[in-house]
Amino acid sequence: MNGPLLKVENLTKHYPLGSGIFKKSIPVIRAVEDVSFSVEAGETLCIVGESGCGKSTVARLLMRLVEPTAGRVLIDGTDIAGLKKDALHAWRRRMQMVFQDPYSSLNPRLTAAQIITEPVENFERLGRNQRQALAADLLRKVGMSPEMTHRLPSELSGGQRQRLGIARALSLNPSLIIADEAVSALDVSVQAQILNLLLDLQQQMGIAFVFISHDLGVVEHIGHRVAVMYLGRIVELAPCEALFAKPVHPYTEALLAAAPVPDPTRIRLQVPVDGEMPSPINPPNGCAFHPRCPLAVERCRIEVPPLVPMADGRIVACHVRAPATELSAPPIANRALAQIDSIS
Amino acid sequence: MGRLQLSDLPRLARRYPLVFIGGGLLTLLIILALAAPLYAGDPVNINPFKRLQPPSAEMWFGSDNLGRDVFARTIFGARISLMVGLLSAACAALAGLLIGVIAGYSRSFDNVVMRIMDGLMSIPTILLAIALISLTGPGIGILIVAIAIPETPAVARLVRSVVLGVRQRPYVEAALCGGARLPKVLWRHILPSTVPALMVQGATVCASAILTEAGLSFLGVGVPPEIPSWGNMIASSRLYLAIAPLTIFAPGICLAVTVLAVNLLGDGLRDMFDPRSKRRR
Amino acid sequence: MLMRESAKDDVLLDVRDLETHFYGEESVTRALGGISFQVKKGETLGVVGESGCGKSVTALSILRLLPKLTARTVGGEVRFRGRDLLELSDREMRKVRGDQIAMIFQDPMTSLNPVYTVGHQIAEAVQIHTKASHPVAAAKAEEMLRLVRIADPERRVNNYPHEMSGGMRQRAMIAMALACSPELLIADEPTTALDVTIQAQILRLIVDLKERTGTAVMFITHDLGVVAETCQRVIVMYAGRIVEQASVIDLFARPAHPYTQGLMRSVPDRRRGRQRRLPEIPGIVPSLREPIVGCSFAPRCPFAIDICRDKTPVLRDVGSSHTAACWRAEEVMGA
Repeated sequence: MNGPLLKVENLTKHYPLGSGIFKKSIPVIRAVEDVSFSVEAGETLCIVGESGCGKSTVARLLMRLVEPTAGRVLIDGTDIAGLKKDALHAWRRRMQMVFQDPYSSLNPRLTAAQIITEPVENFERLGRNQRQALAADLLRKVGMSPEMTHRLPSELSGGQRQRLGIARALSLNPSLIIADEAVSALDVSVQAQILNLLLDLQQQMGIAFVFISHDLGVVEHIGHRVAVMYLGRIVELAPCEALFAKPVHPYTEALLAAAPVPDPTRIRLQVPVDGEMPSPINPPNGCAFHPRCPLAVERCRIEVPPLVPMADGRIVACHVRAPATELSAPPIANRALAQIDSIS
Repeated sequence: MGRLQLSDLPRLARRYPLVFIGGGLLTLLIILALAAPLYAGDPVNINPFKRLQPPSAEMWFGSDNLGRDVFARTIFGARISLMVGLLSAACAALAGLLIGVIAGYSRSFDNVVMRIMDGLMSIPTILLAIALISLTGPGIGILIVAIAIPETPAVARLVRSVVLGVRQRPYVEAALCGGARLPKVLWRHILPSTVPALMVQGATVCASAILTEAGLSFLGVGVPPEIPSWGNMIASSRLYLAIAPLTIFAPGICLAVTVLAVNLLGDGLRDMFDPRSKRRR
Repeated sequence: MLMRESAKDDVLLDVRDLETHFYGEESVTRALGGISFQVKKGETLGVVGESGCGKSVTALSILRLLPKLTARTVGGEVRFRGRDLLELSDREMRKVRGDQIAMIFQDPMTSLNPVYTVGHQIAEAVQIHTKASHPVAAAKAEEMLRLVRIADPERRVNNYPHEMSGGMRQRAMIAMALACSPELLIADEPTTALDVTIQAQILRLIVDLKERTGTAVMFITHDLGVVAETCQRVIVMYAGRIVEQASVIDLFARPAHPYTQGLMRSVPDRRRGRQRRLPEIPGIVPSLREPIVGCSFAPRCPFAIDICRDKTPVLRDVGSSHTAACWRAEEVMGA
């Protein structure tokens, strides 16, 4: 296949705050700002960041659960961000989502079989036997016993419910699954089971994942490439090993240093970063990270740093660590995209 | 919950006694009312020779000022009360469901229609009923409409809030991601969640409709006087309270028991659907 | 037993055979199946386990904050400085809470009142417990906010909880908990809802404050990383029982219970390098509604043998002040 499976260009989402009948200008929440990346078939791209960084909004934009303010989402070269509802319907089969909360993402009134076969029935009619066979097959794929078909979600454990969520996403044989914090709500031992399941499915079926998480341990385990988001923008996008071996953006560095390590002999000397993420309603000028950044210089307060390609195949948005060399640099997005293509 | 079986009934009865008491009482009343022609006498036959009789083997509750059988009238009156109550509740629930669901899904519709609903809510039921009936003349149909209209906004609001809550649920989003179209999402994922609220609210509407009907009939603007209804009976007998108390107490007590049964059922349903309210009790 | 007597002086909290049941419509959940442990003066004790293991119930049982209608502590004693808290009157217990034992929760909004300013609430707590005058208490509130490193405490005392970020609210709650210098602070997943960079700040704060005030801390968490960074001693809970108890160094170096070991291995760990598959603990946690025969972990345990399925193991010494409830602890440690 030519070109990436999924290509996201300059994706932007601003939420207006309240309706503007009586106000001249409406304040907006800049949830996602000019985000571009691509995902190859069979690859796992992780998006990490703290709450409010816009990573979940990216997932919802990809699924068209919310409409983008600007930007394009291309699947195999077709822009689905601009598609009408009817045309979009067909594309739903290519891309599915697994949700964070295994409790609220399953309709409590439906049985396991009804839940996991529902997507297929949106596209084709199934006979009784076909439905039973499909349900049993899907349950087996996610490591559950086919006897569970008549269970209600309330009769299942958290891990089993998340398996149902995955089975539902698998039912349409998608090429891409977007997993929004899919293991965050689970206990560690169950989390390991689900992560292994996702890895197996990727190996067997060649599914690509956009894996959204705040947990760096999980990301490092499952990701091929990682995008770090801060206040609506990607600040660093790098191959997994490279990012964890040597973070370049100071925020990535702080994020890695802040994650607690299960090793009591390691002594942490200092808090990695002070302060909190600013509000996306009123983001700071220049680099959004500068108020917390130990390296910040004058330029960071004024100018938004562009995503600059580095030698080891990563792109970083930082004036200090990754200064843009050419004065006549092309517009940010184009450069970033060119770089994304060359990485992949 | 799982599938319910007949053998679960005693367990459920112990768990939700209010539903069983209220529901049982109401079912009994409905059966008695429906089977009235089989055992009760003629409720409209006037017998001037047997006016204001005390209870007897022939007329269990005695007779009223026109010599009519009070027992038969009370039983047949139950038909009117229950019909008005249940049909008003059904009308209000259906209209409210429709308006609530659309309002929950369409912003523009929501803004316009919910303001109209606010307006409707501020009209007193009795006044609206009197106004409507004076336009068309008395009749049970118009009475039901008149009672249902002011009750609709409350149902619509409730349904709207449920829909607004449920449409944000991840499982609804998951259905959309799976390629489900809006009608299917509504039917399969959203409407079932409104059922508990509808049933609870329906019971409230039903109870107040029964009382309103009795009130309107008492005032002479409800059910036409030739049809036996509890309101009519109380109105026509109020002068004879001292001579034949049963002519008032029979319909009065029946009215109270019916409303109580409906209210018990409503409370019980609320407890059943919302376990939290039960624990607080 | 002997050791217990000799170390009596510095034992602050001594929990013995604590047993708590939850009562459902037609079932009894044995949330705590008789647990015993101690918290020494000034130490940080970690309580780890997955959801439903009883770690939060332990805290609530100690403070007698269980929901009255559905739960009851049916056995055991909770000796705090020699007094059994389970025998105190409600009034005496209220004095103990806040004054001597304070608790912070995962969600600060559960203990902050949304209609009062943060400063007012801290001052009120101070006044109730120390009978200080209003200006003194108000000054104390500001001082506490400064102590928990909230920037601009003069202004922040007048903030309502909703005007603060999640991290700041958690700081305010810690300030309120510490305002009366309690001897024991029970922290129930205090950083679980926070982002990692904020979590690092709050953990640091708790460790610093503990060192400064000498307060003992009982730190309840599901995160082994958090335990490693904050605690001196750890108890591991599974299905309503303590399965292992050790110093934090011992626990991570030589876990003696297969559950502890499985838990540690199933966390993705950067230092082990990238693996394609994580070692998982198969199966699910047993239901506490039915009585469990034998070791509750046996059905999921790679070490399980016949005795594990028949007889419930009790905590026994497997090293110096290292206990584990496992018939095959020695083999587990060697594996």
